[in-house]
Amino acid sequence: MEFMPEFRTARPTTVAEAVAIRAAEPGSRFLAGGTDLIPNIRRGIVAPPTVIDLAGIAEMRAIESLDGGLRIGAAVTLAELANHERVRTAYVGLKQAAGGIAASTHRQVGTVGGNLCLDTRCVFYNQSEWWRRANDYCLKSKGDVCYVAPKGSHCFAAFSGDLAPAFMVLGAEVEIASKSGVRIVPLTEIYQDDGIDYLLLKPDEMIAAVRVPAPSDGFRTGYAKSHVRSAIDFPLAGVAVGLRREDEAITDLRVALTGTNSMPLAVEGTEGLTGGPPNEAMLQGLDALIAKQIQPMNSTFSPPGYRRRVVAKLTRSLILNLYRDG
Amino acid sequence: MARNHITTTINGDEYEFLCDTEQTLLDCLRDELFLTGTKEGCASGDCGACNVMLDGQLVCSCLVLGVEADGKSMETIEGMAHGEELHPLQQKFLELNGLQCGICTPGILIAAKALLERDPDPTETEIRYWLAGNLCRCTGYDKVVRSVQAAAEEMRKG
Ligand SMILES: Cc1cc2nc3c(=O)[nH]c(=O)nc-3n(C[C@H](O)[C@H](O)[C@H](O)COP(=O)(O)OP(=O)(O)OC[C@H]3O[C@@H](n4cnc5c(N)ncnc54)[C@H](O)[C@@H]3O)c2cc1C
Ligand code: FES
Ligand code: FES
Repeated sequence: MEFMPEFRTARPTTVAEAVAIRAAEPGSRFLAGGTDLIPNIRRGIVAPPTVIDLAGIAEMRAIESLDGGLRIGAAVTLAELANHERVRTAYVGLKQAAGGIAASTHRQVGTVGGNLCLDTRCVFYNQSEWWRRANDYCLKSKGDVCYVAPKGSHCFAAFSGDLAPAFMVLGAEVEIASKSGVRIVPLTEIYQDDGIDYLLLKPDEMIAAVRVPAPSDGFRTGYAKSHVRSAIDFPLAGVAVGLRREDEAITDLRVALTGTNSMPLAVEGTEGLTGGPPNEAMLQGLDALIAKQIQPMNSTFSPPGYRRRVVAKLTRSLILNLYRDG
Repeated sequence: MARNHITTTINGDEYEFLCDTEQTLLDCLRDELFLTGTKEGCASGDCGACNVMLDGQLVCSCLVLGVEADGKSMETIEGMAHGEELHPLQQKFLELNGLQCGICTPGILIAAKALLERDPDPTETEIRYWLAGNLCRCTGYDKVVRSVQAAAEEMRKG
């Protein structure tokens, strides 16, 4: 087993203190549950001189009501989120996404903020230092070639967090804290489709909380993912759907995906498919929209073609189930 | 670098030790306190061999830093039996062959105990999902599940 490199820890008790340390110490990292960061440090993928432990920041650990919706602190654990009464009843897709992450142990410490900032993943990247060195490293860490697409100069590691799509179909916003204060932006705006720079947060910024709007009448959500084992596995592809049915027609439809690109993807153009029932023509239209926007690559052991098919299948069955129940 | 002074309660006893910041809780238990009942399988959160209870929560001790345990209380496999008297889970694992090589067993026992404390009568599916983070290369899991079911029944009788 590889040894952990040396680092210092800082243990702030307020968000302001945490971002001040982050700004003062280049290369430092926030540590929430550590279920992603600790293995990555041990594998030599990242080597922060200072690790800023967020566990002591009480203000980040609460779920509060806000304008009929919820304000979820970034250090709330996945288990707390999945078991929260309002989440279980009013935000079913979010509950399903949180409850299906990793295993019971990881959900007790893994957090919402850590899941949204989860490093992108690839079979050539999530390996030991020894393995990666033997392979001359890869573009995302210390090397010059992306083995998934060797001709280009782009990294295709896949964003694989389960919560982001479930939050996106709810129209969630994030509170981003830095030394200059707090800004609030739609969750969709903090990502870009680049395996290395997937997060648009500035170095001294952190996610302090996520805001989900009040559940609107008749809007239902669901989340489903495909994985090798039925638990303790990252999504090969994950799909969140939100829809409203009025009589026979779908009047609101939102689809967001994970595991297919280097960022969680809010599928564009779904509003053009509303107004009628989910018949074959409508579903084929949706298949086409999705096929054009996703870009699964050979970053997992399951080939891109499989992940393309599974996304289409999961999306269709989620829509039909939510429509039938609505 | 200066070492950190940590005070914790483990299985009801107070412990003090020094550790480096980059040592995981698992490293501290095994290498600083010589509590080697807790095992290292993967050191990356995949196998569950290192499971302990930290302030009432089931965690992979390989994913927690030793410094994070300061002021907290822990339960490890060393505290499961009372002297010669085995915990019903330990007893059933022995009777029903819930272990072979045994490397996964301390973690599975701690995880199963955490499950039965929150739900004394879990279904087979609930047991399998709860123990999904505990890998075993030997038993094929079936005997693990049977042992947990048998222990649950025993414990419900009181
Ligand atoms: C065996 C195993 C299986 C897993 N399976 C899944 C799975 O199925 N689905 C899934 O989504 N994940 C999975 N994970 C990954 C991980 O457990 C979860 O994504 C978890 O939610 C990460 O949260 P954390 O608090 O532990 O993150 P950490 O490891 O603490 O942090 C992750 C990253 O986010 C940064 N960060 C943390 N908090 C903030 C913040 N508030 N603001 C800005 N940056 C921040 C950290 O600096 C770090 O770069 C798995 C992990 C393991 C070990
Ligand atoms: S050693 Fe901790 S999960 Fe494997
Ligand atoms: S008994 Fe050998 S790994 Fe489980």
